[in-house]
This record gives sequence, structure tokens and C-alpha cells, in this order.
Amino acid sequence: MLSFATRFLARNLNLVIGAGFLFALLLGIVSTVTGMVTEAPVKSAEHEFHLKPRDAGLQSAGLFGTFDKQQLQRGFQVYKEVCSACHSLRLLSFRDLEKLGYDEGQVKTIATDWQIEQPSVNPDTGEPATRKNLPSDRFPLVFANDVAARAANNNAVPPDLSLMTKARDDGPDYIYSLLTGYSPQPAELLREFPAAKTPTGLHFNRYFATLNLAMAPPLTATDQVQYQDGTRATVDQMAKDVSAFLTWTAEPNLETRHAAGAAVLIFLLIFTGLAWGAYRNIWRGIKH
Amino acid sequence: MSFPWAKHYAPKHPLTQWIDARLPLPRLAYNAIGAGYPVPRNLNYFWNFGVLAGAALAVQIITGIVLAMHYAANGMVAFDSVERIMRDVPSGWFLRYAHANGASMFFIVVYTHIARGIYYGSYKAPREMVWLLGVVIFLLMMATAFMGYVLPWGQMSFWGAQVITGFFSALPGVGETVRIWLLGGYAPDNAALNRFFSLHYLLPFVIAGVIILHIWALHIPGSNNPTGVEVTGEQDTVPFHPYYTAKDGFGLGIFLIVFASLIFFAPNLLGHPDNYIPANPLSTPAHIVPEWYFLPFYAILKAFTVDFIFPAKLWGVLAMFGSILLLFFLPWLDKSPVKSSNYRPTYRMWLIVLLIDVLVLGYLGGAEATPITVLLSQIAAAYYFAHFLVILPIVSAMERPRPLPNSITEAVLKNEGGTSPMQTAAHGSPAAAE
Repeated sequence: MLSFATRFLARNLNLVIGAGFLFALLLGIVSTVTGMVTEAPVKSAEHEFHLKPRDAGLQSAGLFGTFDKQQLQRGFQVYKEVCSACHSLRLLSFRDLEKLGYDEGQVKTIATDWQIEQPSVNPDTGEPATRKNLPSDRFPLVFANDVAARAANNNAVPPDLSLMTKARDDGPDYIYSLLTGYSPQPAELLREFPAAKTPTGLHFNRYFATLNLAMAPPLTATDQVQYQDGTRATVDQMAKDVSAFLTWTAEPNLETRHAAGAAVLIFLLIFTGLAWGAYRNIWRGIKH
Repeated sequence: MSFPWAKHYAPKHPLTQWIDARLPLPRLAYNAIGAGYPVPRNLNYFWNFGVLAGAALAVQIITGIVLAMHYAANGMVAFDSVERIMRDVPSGWFLRYAHANGASMFFIVVYTHIARGIYYGSYKAPREMVWLLGVVIFLLMMATAFMGYVLPWGQMSFWGAQVITGFFSALPGVGETVRIWLLGGYAPDNAALNRFFSLHYLLPFVIAGVIILHIWALHIPGSNNPTGVEVTGEQDTVPFHPYYTAKDGFGLGIFLIVFASLIFFAPNLLGHPDNYIPANPLSTPAHIVPEWYFLPFYAILKAFTVDFIFPAKLWGVLAMFGSILLLFFLPWLDKSPVKSSNYRPTYRMWLIVLLIDVLVLGYLGGAEATPITVLLSQIAAAYYFAHFLVILPIVSAMERPRPLPNSITEAVLKNEGGTSPMQTAAHGSPAAAE
């Protein structure tokens, strides 16, 4: 009898292995169900009050999106006058701004006048020094390193913005929503989660994953930036413009990509149509 | 090799005759993928995916070789070198998006190819070796894809490498030593990045080699077909060229349309935003997930939550590797002599459940862990193992298949030679209509 059982199991090793996995999973199921019954579901302020980004309605959104250069220039102005105080743009060069419609001279002026200078070496002494930016330079870092950044920003590192719109879900909408999403904490949040009161030094924002972020509201008043093209600089407008600009910094080839894609798809549709015809023609008369 | 009625290579031009007498490479190609390879005449579109997988590999190798000319495998500069490709290398954005989405296309195509093999019993005698080599290719692909995802050295690259190499630390006793040996350090760093790059460049060529064996093994019995009935005579086959080259040309067109739509209009759809943040060993992402094509296996890994003889983590790791390795035993777990599930109504039902199960596992693998998703993934993982290790062996031994056609041609003349799973779902299995 025993030898029969051994032989049966040896021949049906799959059943033995299967039973092992299934039993381990069964124990898991039991423990999960027990947990569901005995433990109250965990509720968190983040879970209940975090919001998905609102639509910024940018021209770059959608399958055939393009850039509004006027808007990108306005967005650059917001970046330059507001964001660049803390946030770097290290993957871009000044010369890239020519793609926004600035001419060579304007780009040169922007580079030379940039607040932060480019790290360099004193040609006489070899000591570390700085020099004026050139159009071929990358945008300089705002802080020499993370320690300096933390020291100046209440222990938070302002992230580089070059890729920000690609580094977040629905990036352009997220930037727009975050910049316009500061508010006082709702009373019902504090009633439900008294421990979730925004700590001093942080700022409540329902679009931020943890609801509290170190960045103080950067865009606070209409006409905080004097737009050169005369557009009225409301907070909403500035947020949209800088979100459009950061969409460009993260994906400068977006327009080329969309245009090339349309051409490639037209070519492929014709190719596939011809291939279909060739296939039907060759198989004509062959039942299959 | 091949059938007696296969066309013979007969070069007419003196130059081709001269070459044939010295290096019969054109003859080899003619017999492998030309008019010299007779193929069942009733293949449906699911049989396009083998050629498409080859095309996807070719795209990956070509784009990959050019990308490697611009990429720098060093933790200090890897992330920026990828961004340089995106911004400064002419058409670099196209190459990189093609390579990243090419990996996804490769997996979409290969998963379809595997599903077709399972549904039509292509793993059964006399094609077990084709199947075994296919599973080897699949494992090599997974290793290659994982290491490729590490190379941009973003947050998901780094933490993905951390998590995946961490699996090995679950091995009792030697685990931590093995993990450190694999990484070349205590955490992913330059040593890991360099060896991943080296292997990521090597493995695709190994895959190409195994594909040659895969096709060689296929050509001994010839291709399977939707009826699962073997070829009985010349009337059952057509030459691969021009019949299936033409059909594959059309299939390739559809493949490229889907591929181009991803590259040009949704290049980051299948990626994770966190990988646009440079790797930072001091900041763990809120939610570490692998690429979409690993999600079903990731869900199986996470489904084991209770220690039982072994720690839960070891169960998870064993189950995850086991879920793939058990495919090696599929030809012997399935005891039915009937190949095509079109004629196996009982097993067919379980197969549909398996397909849904794997899709559910894929969803759960990427979902946030809540008691509900954990419970669902435990149930889904249990079905996965039950399907292959318990249900399949028992059902295949006990079920009563529908009568098979006597030959491919007979089925074709009754308009049911190429019956697809969808047609069977809509109209019942072919023999049932009788």
C-alpha cells in the first residue's frame, strides 16, 4: 500500500508540486481574509483627499499636439523670473531657446544676463571661479549640491525641472494643477484625520501625493510676471504657460515626432494595403 | 527534413550555381524560408506571429547597436547619455523610443505566439523540442529585457534591479552571497550596470542562435496547423514562398502600424514616469513595479504572504520562477493526443479561464496592494498553478475530444481548416457543427 502511494506520487510529481503551491496560497488566502474581517480598513488622508490632475488644455496635448511658441516664451519668462530661483534646468542649453523663436542675439543676451554664472577656473590662479554664460552652455545649477539645496530650502531639494512633465503621471496637467492647487486644509480633513494637520514649513496642496509639500505657493498674484506680449498674467495663465514650457523642455522633439508619425502612418497604410492586395492575389484560387 | 514533395533548389544562373557548389547558403535559405519549405495551407493569422517575433528581434538588434554607440554604461553619466540621445543625437529620440517600445512589441508578439502554441497544441509530439527551445528563448528575452530596463539608470531601473536581484537573497543559506556576486557589490552600482550592459548586448545574439535551432527543430516535422492534424500529402501544403511570405508581408504591415503608433504618438504610454528621475539610492519610489510584460509573474511573486515550511518570500520566488519553468513540462503534463483545442471542448473552457487569469494577474501585478487585490492575486495565482499542474493533466486524461477531420484538405473543403479560437467561440467547434 505504501509503495503504491509512493509510486503514484513519484509518477504524478506535478500533483505534489501543485499541492504545495496551492496549500501555501490557501494559507495566504485564509490570512488575507482573516485580516479583512478582523482589521478595520486603513484609511488615510492621502487616500481620501488626494486629487488627480486637472486638464490644463495645452495645445501640445493629444495625438497631433503642437507647441504654441508664444506660450512657450511666456512660460520661459515665468520659469526665469519665478521658478529659476530654486529649480535648475540642467539638461537644456541656452541655445535650445532658439527653438522657441528667440533669435541668436536674444539668446546671447539671455545667457549673459542669467543670474547664476557658469562654474569655471580662474585662468591666472587656477582657483575655482565663475564666468558669464554662453549660448552653448547648459543652464547652470542653482545649488552647488544637494546639501546646499537643503540648507537653503527648509531641508527639501528643489528638483531639476528639465524632465518634470515626463517624470509624473499626466505631467503637464500635474504641473498646472499643483501650481494652482494650494488651499487651506478642508475642515472635514482635520475632523477626520486630526494627525494630518500640515506641519509648519510645509504647504497643503491636494494635487501633491502626500498632500503637503515644501514649496511655498510660487505663483500668488496677477501680473507677478509682466508678459511682453501683453497677455494678462493671471495665476491660472502663468501656471498653464510654465506647464507648456516644461512640456517642451522634457520633449523638445514633440512636434517633429508627431509630424513624422503622420507621414510614417500614411506610408505604412499604403504599404499594408499593397501587401494585402499581393497576399490576396497570390492566394486567389487556393482554398484555405 | 521536410516532405518528399518539397521543391528543390535548382539555380539556373552560372553564378548562383558557382556559389551553390561552394557555399550552399542560398539553398539553406530556400529550404528554410523559401519555396523549399511546404507549409499547411490552412494556417490562420495566429501563425504570423513567429515571423513577427523575428522582425521584432531584428528591430531591437539594429536600433540597439546604434544606441550603444551613444550610450555610456557608467552610473555617473548613464542617465544623461540617454537624455543626450533624446535631445542631441540626430533622430536619437526615434531610435530610443523605437527600442523601448520595440521591447513591448516583442513581448506582445511573443505572448501571442506562445498562446497560439498552447491553444493549438503546438508543443506536443513531434514538436516538443520546438517548444522547449521556445521556452529557452522566452527566458532569455526576459533576462535581456530586464537588464535593458536597468540601463537608463532612472529610479525604476535602479530599484527594479534592487528588487529583482533581491529575489536571489531568498535562497536559503547562500542567498545573500549569490546576490552580492550577481551585482558585483552590496547594491546596484557601476559593477552591476556594466555587466548588465555587457549581457544586454550579448544575449540578443544568443537568442538569434536559439531561434535558428527553434526553426531547425520546427522543420523536422513541419509546421502545426489549426486542425492539429498532421500533413498527409502534397495537397495539404503550399510552399512557404510566395504563399506565406506574402501573408507575412501583410502581417508585418499591421505590426508596423501598431509599432509606429506607439513610437510616434504614445512613446511613454507603456513606460513608468519614475524612470525619468535619475537613480537615487537614498530615495525609494512609492510604488516599485516592473515593465508591463512582467506584471503577471510579479503578481504571483507577491501572492505568497504566509510562511509555511519556507519563508513566504522564498515561496514567492520559487512560484515566480516555477510559473515559467513549468512550461518546460507542458508537453508531458498534457496527456491528450489531440492537439487543437478546437476539438477539445472541455479543455478549451479551462484555457479561456487561464487566459483571463493571466490578464487578471497582469492587472493585479501593477495595482496597489490592498487586501482585495492581494486576495484576488492569491486566487488567480492558485488557478495558474492548478491549471497546469492539476486540471490539465486530469482533464487531458479524461476528456472526450470531438472527432477530428481525416486530413487538412478535408477540413479545408468543409471551410473549417483555419478555424480560429474566435470562430469557435462564435460558431462552436468545427466538428461539433457536423
